[in-house]
Amino acid sequence: MEISADIISLVSATLRISTPLVFAAMAGLFAERSGVIDFGLEGKMLAAAFVAASGAHIFGSEWYGLGLAIVCCVALSMLHGFASVTHKGDQVVSCVAINILMIGLTTALAAAWFGQQGLTPTLTDDRRFFEITLPFADAVSGVPLLGPIYSEIISGHYIFVYIAYIFVPCVYWVVFKTRFGLRLRAVGENPSAVDTAGISVELMRYKALAVNGVLVAFAGAYLSTAINANFFREMSAGRGYLALAALIFGKWHPKTALIACLLFGFADALQIRLQGVPIPGIGLIPVQFIQAIPYVLTVVLLAGFVGKAIAPGAIGQPYIKER
Amino acid sequence: MVKAVDKTKVPWWVSNAVVPLVNLTLAFIVSGLFIFISGENPYQALKLILYGSFGYLEGIGYTLYYATNFIFTGLAFAIAFHCRLFNIGGEGQAYIGGLGVFLFAFYFSALPVSIVWLLAILASMLFGAAWAIIPGYLQAYRGSHVVITTIMFNFIASALMVFLLVDVIRDRRQMGPTTEALVKEQWLPMFKNIAAYFGYKVGYSPLNISFLLAVLASFGVWFLIWRTKWGYEMRAVGHNTQAAIYAGISPKKNIILAMVISGALAGMLGVNEILGVHHKILVNFPAGYGFTGIAVALMGRNHPIGIFLASLLFGMLYQGGSEVTFDMPNITRYMFVAVQGVIILFSGALENLFRPQIEYFFVNTMKQKAVT
Repeated sequence: MEISADIISLVSATLRISTPLVFAAMAGLFAERSGVIDFGLEGKMLAAAFVAASGAHIFGSEWYGLGLAIVCCVALSMLHGFASVTHKGDQVVSCVAINILMIGLTTALAAAWFGQQGLTPTLTDDRRFFEITLPFADAVSGVPLLGPIYSEIISGHYIFVYIAYIFVPCVYWVVFKTRFGLRLRAVGENPSAVDTAGISVELMRYKALAVNGVLVAFAGAYLSTAINANFFREMSAGRGYLALAALIFGKWHPKTALIACLLFGFADALQIRLQGVPIPGIGLIPVQFIQAIPYVLTVVLLAGFVGKAIAPGAIGQPYIKER
Repeated sequence: MVKAVDKTKVPWWVSNAVVPLVNLTLAFIVSGLFIFISGENPYQALKLILYGSFGYLEGIGYTLYYATNFIFTGLAFAIAFHCRLFNIGGEGQAYIGGLGVFLFAFYFSALPVSIVWLLAILASMLFGAAWAIIPGYLQAYRGSHVVITTIMFNFIASALMVFLLVDVIRDRRQMGPTTEALVKEQWLPMFKNIAAYFGYKVGYSPLNISFLLAVLASFGVWFLIWRTKWGYEMRAVGHNTQAAIYAGISPKKNIILAMVISGALAGMLGVNEILGVHHKILVNFPAGYGFTGIAVALMGRNHPIGIFLASLLFGMLYQGGSEVTFDMPNITRYMFVAVQGVIILFSGALENLFRPQIEYFFVNTMKQKAVT
């Protein structure tokens, strides 16, 4: 009984922790499939977290916060597009600029506007998201096996968690089954062919970046208005990079990227669980080593011990029309 | 849309001085805007920065001390960038480099001081390089993107160092997780003491002779990149990998080499911080210098002279910035992290924003002069 409770809480934590990774990985998928590198997920997530928390605080509703976060992230994506698509600047440099800018600006503005050493005010209960209990969750919890699975694992998450896992098949459908998706992938693989077909490469990339901004905003808002009730300095803690690593490890495909996100989420859930627990035969592992597990796992997975990832053909290259 | 001009007709000072200055000005205007929306006066802030960094002798000392760190991390980023590698792990490499400095200085304290210094400098390079070689290897042989692996190595370095500081090399008599201090004889000579030796009285600033080491490293990097076969090969791989392979140059070997040298340079930050200033390891002593190195290198156009000038500018921003945060309650030091981001944006990603217009303008006016 003890073990099964452990497993249930671990699975539930995995779903919860993976959620921002899933949003960010799906966001990155749109950008990278269109041929634009997006290391800027980290910075955009941070910006969204800050804007969502301060927006919710000022305007009195978590939904306004989410809306503003979307506007902010789309604007940042457009900035990335302006630098790397229109002006053909270096895409990685543009991303690094956005990341560093957002680490600084979010904390600086939080300090300047709210005067709390880089925090936003804690959101009152009417201005943040709460866990949703699905219907009949309490009623069926007594049923063996299926009861706890429904009431503990499936029910009782924030709305973001459900949206994230609903988004994944939607992303798959958009990218692989629609005309937009076909063009998106074509622009990333062979932009000159798309150009020859009379479709604007730049416009396609801007569209992809707009979708990217919307999706990553959910990840940030989830961090600051759902699992936490305020924004704090560098609260994204490398999740943007982890999501990108999951995307690469998932070979730029929604299904495998989702599995990779869940794997990272599981590593993190396990990490939290293992802190302060002695391992049989080894003893107590220092907490710093346990905290480093997700990062080490990322490196190990990226090292391609599980097969080589093949990136979209034109990734990272600005498209220059021949004259 | 302005027509592209013939690049060979553009005078060197236009692309290497006028365009960067225009970009820098734009970056400062945007930064001023940020200060304005934080509720402070940008003009006042600028005045404070200038006074704080160059207004008095100790301020200059601090500016040059910060510049020392930026030269090391800027050179580190630049050398990898010449091979088209984004080493954003300077932070972690510097952290581990500092560990090397401390361990060698601490455990070889019986040796003569000059030998200890030499060993410590070598150790900083060795440890920094060791931390960079793994991402380098993974990039070269497994194709794992160096941006993600170096970032992950920053997190791992941070965890490792906290573990060492808390459980292994901690000075148990102290409350916080720091090491014991090095013996006084091993401390690098301070600028203050050197000035006093010549009969000048200067107040405290952390400036020490590591600054000269940084200048020496700048010269070394220039020589390596533009005057040696190694540098040539690294640049060739960076410019056009296919052509390099065709010329018989191994991209794999050069990627690893560039990362190793890059890590070694970042590690040398530890010499300034551990041997020069703190004399012990503090938690997170690289304090963002590694990331600032990216902005420094991009602004300095990855050339040692440019990096030196950009380091002075960032030294000014850091030292003058602390003056600003002291006087303006609404500005924190994170504002200057944001300023770095803006500078990277304008002098890196958006460097071509006005370049065609500016080049067109200069080439045309010169043509007209030649006609008349």
